Amino acid sequence: MKIHINHGRIIDPANDIDRIGSVYIKGGKIVSVTDEPAGFKPDTVINAENQIVCPGFIDLSTRLRDMGHSRKATFKSEVRAAAAAGVTTLCLQPDTVPVIDTTAVVELIKELAEKADYPQIYVIGALTQKLEGTELSSMLSLKQAGCIAVGNANRPVKNLLILRRAMEYAASHDLLLMFRPNDFWLGNNGCAHEGVVATRYGLPSIPEAAETIALAQCLELAELTGCRVHFGQLSCKRSVIKIHQAKKYGLKVSADVSIHQLHLTENDMKPFDSAYHVLPPLRTEEDRQYLRRGLAVGTINSICSDHQPHDLDAKLGAFPETEPGMSSLENLLPLMLKLVTRHAITLKQGIACLSANPARVLRLNSGALTPGFSADVCIFDPELDWQINSENWKSQGVNTPFWGQTLKGRVTHTLQAGKIIHRL
Amino acid sequence: MTDNLQLNTEGKLKHFLTIEGLSKSLLTEILDTAESFAGMSEHQVKKVPLLRGKTIVNLFFENSTRTRTTFELAATRLSADVINMNIATSATSKGESLLDTIRNLEAMFVDMFVVRHALSGAAHFIAQQTASHISVINAGDGQHAHPTQAMLDMFTIRQLKPDFSSLRVAIIGDILHSRVARSEIQALNTLGAAEVRVIAPKTLLPAHVESLGVNVSHNLTEGLKDIDVVMMLRLQKERMSSALLPSESEYFKCFGLTEEKLKIAKPDAIVMHPGPINRGVEIDSKVADGPQSVILKQVSNGIAVRMAIMAMAMQTAPAPGRFSGIHTIPGDRHADSLSASGIHTIPGDKGVA
Repeated sequence: MKIHINHGRIIDPANDIDRIGSVYIKGGKIVSVTDEPAGFKPDTVINAENQIVCPGFIDLSTRLRDMGHSRKATFKSEVRAAAAAGVTTLCLQPDTVPVIDTTAVVELIKELAEKADYPQIYVIGALTQKLEGTELSSMLSLKQAGCIAVGNANRPVKNLLILRRAMEYAASHDLLLMFRPNDFWLGNNGCAHEGVVATRYGLPSIPEAAETIALAQCLELAELTGCRVHFGQLSCKRSVIKIHQAKKYGLKVSADVSIHQLHLTENDMKPFDSAYHVLPPLRTEEDRQYLRRGLAVGTINSICSDHQPHDLDAKLGAFPETEPGMSSLENLLPLMLKLVTRHAITLKQGIACLSANPARVLRLNSGALTPGFSADVCIFDPELDWQINSENWKSQGVNTPFWGQTLKGRVTHTLQAGKIIHRL
Repeated sequence: MTDNLQLNTEGKLKHFLTIEGLSKSLLTEILDTAESFAGMSEHQVKKVPLLRGKTIVNLFFENSTRTRTTFELAATRLSADVINMNIATSATSKGESLLDTIRNLEAMFVDMFVVRHALSGAAHFIAQQTASHISVINAGDGQHAHPTQAMLDMFTIRQLKPDFSSLRVAIIGDILHSRVARSEIQALNTLGAAEVRVIAPKTLLPAHVESLGVNVSHNLTEGLKDIDVVMMLRLQKERMSSALLPSESEYFKCFGLTEEKLKIAKPDAIVMHPGPINRGVEIDSKVADGPQSVILKQVSNGIAVRMAIMAMAMQTAPAPGRFSGIHTIPGDRHADSLSASGIHTIPGDKGVA
């Protein structure tokens, strides 16, 4: 299958390309982004006039549910959402049911991915058995089975000695630790940011320190153990400062932020509306500004969706008893573009945060339109308005506070390994 | 973030979930309406037919004796039929969800839910989900709000100290976990109190507590200066065993209200407590039973204030002030005896019993 994408504005941050031109694809690979290869006879021509052609997006934190949680969503429903969002590679968090702590579960996920016809699902293996935080998982076996990293999702590691051992073991096998910093005890079963809104509504709350203390501890252990660490879903100002300092000091760490944290704050929460129940919680305007700034200066290098589709029942109830998380794959592009129109970041930076940078975190040969790379391409119309409604929304989870809103910017084509997996 | 959910399209009370978002004039209307019910308790026939034929369900997901009893009395005095459901020990423990419980009761054609629940936001959730003809009264949700308690306290204060604008009020104790405190603070600020002060150790104060519109003190002797109204909060026994406080005796030493400490407040200061009291923990018996205590007055007032709120939410309240003295209506004795027995059939009644 040969594809010629022409007339589009190609933005490929890794190769420092931003110009109108053509992309040539053959055999699932990028062949050229400059000259037409000799004798190239495309089977398909995609006219990308007035559209942007960029590397397919790489999402560092996704839940596709399925297996024990198929009432919430299935691989089938969610890969359609991913394709519609321009996401061509995604990382599955290990807190599936059952937990990804054995090679058998990894194999099962590969099978589900194959059946859903979406091969580029990378699995984050559990750092500890059953994610219980007490015993190390068989990390080497998990790596050999295909896990790209290890992590403990949103579950706590029981104590720092266990975390140290786990990081030493991961480092021995050159495994990346994907760590969502949160001190379980300080979090105190909270469901909202410890600020004026939680105080007014009497909601059990989580201080920033629950995140920053866990972050600081893990940074110390990164230095002690030499483990590569990527910090996920940062939510507050002091976390950005800590990562900035750690990088300046020379630690090899990276960080991402969820797309909704860059837009929503505690003040956006409608009273007891469970659509806003998310972990880490929505914080303050100052935190949001720092997260955006952190992205602009490169302290935070990636944006993730932290996609968590839920069934309706999970969100029906009194706020504290509802399940946290937002369905957010399909918001990824329009909300990133909103950061650009608000001058928080440049378009090139925004695309890099969704492609080249997460590829670097995962050490993947993708996230760029480099000849020879897998032809993972996203084509989007940055001016196209669309409403989030049941007609347009692909994810089975409709748990988004943006429901009903009209957003600007929509993916028109998604190519995964040279195959068109989404066409508007 | 105003809570329009509570008001109908004409701006009248539909649900009573929180003080937040309600105007001073609406709160005053509640107090005035309660005034017209207040004298009724002393009459021989303590009943009016305002909610005759209406069915009220007391939905208590959390145990409570006092609040449930006063709600029940208030409803019966309005001639409504009352069903008490203690769900803490029934349906939800069998795995029935909050929503299913509501749907089932709706199917029995009830008119009002009085809800108490251990989680913040439960009453809001029910008000959002329930059929549009049903009113929801919040009888306490988690750490969020207990607005009828706040209104009965405002009523009690107004009886004794009618000018809110000159009042300095101290709320003492576990503010962090207290739905009562949040509602009191909002009510006092809406009614224009000169100052609301909270007095507690940091472990019992929520973050940014001053954002609620209060001054903060960690010292009872300093904090009681110039105070007109002393509101004590109940300290839950289970908090004592957590890391929030070192011991009962140390708490009493620092924050317990004794006769001596009360002398620091204004000489005519009144002492309030939402009950039930932990004698010797947050308050000395001599103060609780002393001349400045209005604790039992609060309890009696609870009935009139809850009658007012229920009648207003059902759009059957009389205009404030026009009701005093009217307590028997020809033919009403019928309703009286019916509700007393609890078994009845009235033509057209949907029959919940």
